Amino acid sequence: MAHSGINVLFAGQNFSRLLGGLWISAKISIVALVIGILLGVLLGALRTVKNPLLRTILRLYLEFFRIVPTVVLLFLFYYILPKNFNVNLNAQAVAMLVFALWVAAEMSDIVRGALISVPQHQKEAGLAIGLNGPQLYRYVLLPQAVGLMIPATINLMTRVIKTTSLLLLISVMDVVNIGQQIIEANRQQYPDGAFWIYGLIFILYFLLCYPLSAWARRLEQRQNNNA
Amino acid sequence: MKKRTRLIAAFLALVTLFGLFASFAQPAQAAETTSLSAIKKRGTIKIAVFGDLPPYGWVDKNGKRQGYDIALAKQVGKDLGVKVKYVQVNADSRVDALNSNKVDLVLANFTVTPERKQVISFAKAYMKVSIGVISPKSKPITKVSQLKGKDLIVNKGTTAEQYFTKNSKGATLQKYDSKTQQFNALKNGRAAALADDNSYLYAWVKNNPKYTVGIKHLGPNQYIAPGIKKGNTSLLKWTNKEITKLNNNGFFDKNYNQNLKPYFGSDVTAKDIVIK
Repeated sequence: MAHSGINVLFAGQNFSRLLGGLWISAKISIVALVIGILLGVLLGALRTVKNPLLRTILRLYLEFFRIVPTVVLLFLFYYILPKNFNVNLNAQAVAMLVFALWVAAEMSDIVRGALISVPQHQKEAGLAIGLNGPQLYRYVLLPQAVGLMIPATINLMTRVIKTTSLLLLISVMDVVNIGQQIIEANRQQYPDGAFWIYGLIFILYFLLCYPLSAWARRLEQRQNNNA
Repeated sequence: MKKRTRLIAAFLALVTLFGLFASFAQPAQAAETTSLSAIKKRGTIKIAVFGDLPPYGWVDKNGKRQGYDIALAKQVGKDLGVKVKYVQVNADSRVDALNSNKVDLVLANFTVTPERKQVISFAKAYMKVSIGVISPKSKPITKVSQLKGKDLIVNKGTTAEQYFTKNSKGATLQKYDSKTQQFNALKNGRAAALADDNSYLYAWVKNNPKYTVGIKHLGPNQYIAPGIKKGNTSLLKWTNKEITKLNNNGFFDKNYNQNLKPYFGSDVTAKDIVIK
């Protein structure tokens, strides 16, 4: 009787429902990260270009997404903007869009920081052998910046995965949302069900995030060996 | 110094940008996408429901939605001849979900209040709740006059607290912070009775058979009704007709017996909850 709450996890389809929720969280994170990182690299490169107007616009974009809390952004894109502009995206699409824009903003700063810390003489050497602007970025600056970007990027990835727990506010059936459904459905019968459900969710998030950290460590080591 | 002015300038630019957004923004045409004909054409009605409030709207272990509100939603879909798409919402996103056209109808234990009436429309109510008073079966309190000179437990922030604070009826109030605390206090004999929303009390008494809901209704009734976007008259009219029809054919009694009775126990009858 002492640990009866664990029964909640395996009653009916509860376990597979939680995994289904985890898949939604993972899917949204992956799509947002792929789009966001690609866009972020582009924006980051543009931010090192010496054009005051472009720089100001990109800076404002970054500050907007960095300062405004993700919850507010989600509400803004899901409830407020559709009301005003008559566009209606479903909740998952909104989640992917908001997260991708957020990742792109944060990523642009990571990329910019990495690019400007590539030694100046590398750039000059590249120009000296006749590379043009895009070629300079493609062959000289970005490859050397990647190693510098990895720790912060992985950190951003795990943050995005963890932030998917906010998505229940805009009706996305993510793993936390389904966990709460299960807890409340069993509150009468198993008052300690919450402990087991949140325990399992903790493990699931860990399983999602830990491989990323391990991967980051390997990439960093490889980078160091190459250097 | 220069840096600071630039920062301020950037901030002002952002604010202006927002202002521009807001000024371009036109309120979406009300009822354009949620009107009755649009729903029928689409073949689905989007209904906001709770997923974590048994016995009104919850999800069973097989992932199926269950509850009093869900049964009503299913019936609405059936009578409209369209499929039902459930959108799970939280208490504080019910109004926004309607106003941003995310849903056509809210069936999520939605209590009618004057504040909400200003921003959305309510159809005919389908359920009523009010304040109830529980007391030990051995010393039952069945009339308000019996409370005179006795101690009464209430939970802070509830309608019961508001009601008795305004008019104590001669009782001394003991105010507690949580449901757990207030029920424990009653069990320990700290007071003669406890007042709270009657729907809570029915469910609690079911598990604590030594107590009884001596006073089932007190003060003004509060009504639970379907929420509809303001201006969506076609759906509002249809829903009103639907509620009347379901009332007449005994649907709500059946729904009560199926979904609420197992939670509320035999102390309560459909009459206490269902509106006639």
